[in-house]
Amino acid sequence: MYLKEKIYKWIFTVLGFASLVFLLGIIILLFKESLPLFQKVNIVHLLFNKEWYPTHNPPEFGMLALFLASLWVSAGALLVCVPLGVGSALYIHELAGPRQKAVLKPLIEILASIPSVVYGFFGMAVAAPFLQKLLHLPTGLCALTASLILGIMAVPTVTSIAEDALSCVPDSFREASFAVGANRWQTLVNMVIPAAGSGISTAIILGMSRAIGETMTVLMVAGGAAVIPVSFFEPVRPMTSTIAAEMGEAVMGSLHYNALFTIGLMLFLITFAFNIAAELVSRRFRLKLGLDR
Amino acid sequence: MKSIYGLTIAAILALGTAVPCYAERIVCEGSTTVLPIAQRCAEEYMNKHQGADISVRGGGSGVGITSLIEGTCDIADSSRAIKDEEIDKAVTRGRDPKANMVAMDGIAIIINPSNSIDGLTKKQLKGIYTGRISSWSQLGGSGDKIVVVSRDSASGTYEAFGEMALDKQKVRSDALMEASNQAVATTVAQTPGAIGYVGLAYIGKGVKAIGLDNVVASKETVLTKQYSLSRPLFMYTNGKPAGLVKDFLDFVISPEGQKLVDEEGYVAIK
Repeated sequence: MYLKEKIYKWIFTVLGFASLVFLLGIIILLFKESLPLFQKVNIVHLLFNKEWYPTHNPPEFGMLALFLASLWVSAGALLVCVPLGVGSALYIHELAGPRQKAVLKPLIEILASIPSVVYGFFGMAVAAPFLQKLLHLPTGLCALTASLILGIMAVPTVTSIAEDALSCVPDSFREASFAVGANRWQTLVNMVIPAAGSGISTAIILGMSRAIGETMTVLMVAGGAAVIPVSFFEPVRPMTSTIAAEMGEAVMGSLHYNALFTIGLMLFLITFAFNIAAELVSRRFRLKLGLDR
Repeated sequence: MKSIYGLTIAAILALGTAVPCYAERIVCEGSTTVLPIAQRCAEEYMNKHQGADISVRGGGSGVGITSLIEGTCDIADSSRAIKDEEIDKAVTRGRDPKANMVAMDGIAIIINPSNSIDGLTKKQLKGIYTGRISSWSQLGGSGDKIVVVSRDSASGTYEAFGEMALDKQKVRSDALMEASNQAVATTVAQTPGAIGYVGLAYIGKGVKAIGLDNVVASKETVLTKQYSLSRPLFMYTNGKPAGLVKDFLDFVISPEGQKLVDEEGYVAIK
């Protein structure tokens, strides 16, 4: 009996630490595979050169255009997912009746379960031609379409975390506000939103981190031209789609291969920073509301 | 505790070695351009030879050749010739890649059917793709901006196109980069001002193949080498093919295999 318990304890300890092992393994791999590039190409050159011609002779590994494209598309996605995501969280939590809530919440969560390649398909076959005709663009495969689709994809993340944040605001806050004569709108704007503010910020940061890491959709709809983005109506090439498009053809162990790992490392550091920021903000939020942790 | 780990490892090892080997099994991996040929031939071959097991995967020319060097595949499909650095790598691993040509392919220049242009010179094509020409009016068409569509910079088709059509110059950086032949065709079909390049098999509804120096890409013009953007497709093997690998490759280049190549939209070499 005692031994059995010990075995179980061991098994679960191993399982518990398994993800740590994977995380460490991935970090080590990313550094190990991107290091050779830093030895041959100046890091300043990598970050600030805008020419990405990895298979040309001599190759150019400037990542500035790719990096800015990722930021550009994610910023566009933010403009879509913040109003939609936070708006629907507010509606679900503050205004919807129990029956609407019972329908809306699961429906928004279904949005999250659609595979990203299906979103990409939708963007390519429906959204891109539609926007192209509507706005008379030379091509519908551009930053605008990518931002739109990414924004919609990030809505479930933002909505469900923002909704959680709203439900953490104690009822006593609302009651106090009503008690001093504030109406529903005043309570919402002056009391609930500020109280849940950092929770909503966490939702937005995580939504952004989801958008910047998304691969399949941007590969299919962003167009893929490695230029510094200046307008939403031009094709761009974000970091994720560069890795996805080129990994299959890169010669293993070549500089190009190392460069793709370097992009992966950059992406990892960016989403890592986002997640840390989200964690810090959410911790402050919990303290503010007097919750534990 | 130790005995449990030991047992687990032993069990895994036992499972690994206990998989029965009923027949010879080969793995064929690489270029997505060659994939339809490999797949179709493997199906037909396995129908005829019970017990032969050929598994076919895509991944890209680079992946195929890497696998061949690493020894994880027996046949590497490639839409480009092996590179010097890959040969160096193979030599250090004691492998000896041998090229086996299995078909020819032409890279067709396609535009949207609404475009009135029906031919370009090689110089004009190069101008469009390197950035000197940006509007159809410079070529005698209507004044739209040219939407230049290219394959991704790592694809074998891109490299072949760059070598044959652009004299190794860079493709303009604002060109759309698509991940597959089909994606290029779809974009060109949807975009009035677009120009793109695809393998012969992908000329279909919704796009117009135009002449290059007055020669339109077709099986005939590729075979007679009149069309300048033609390239061979390879299946690389480690050393001289032997056993099932040899038998399969013989089938691919046999009249029967070449008929399948033709049916898939590529140019048979025999």
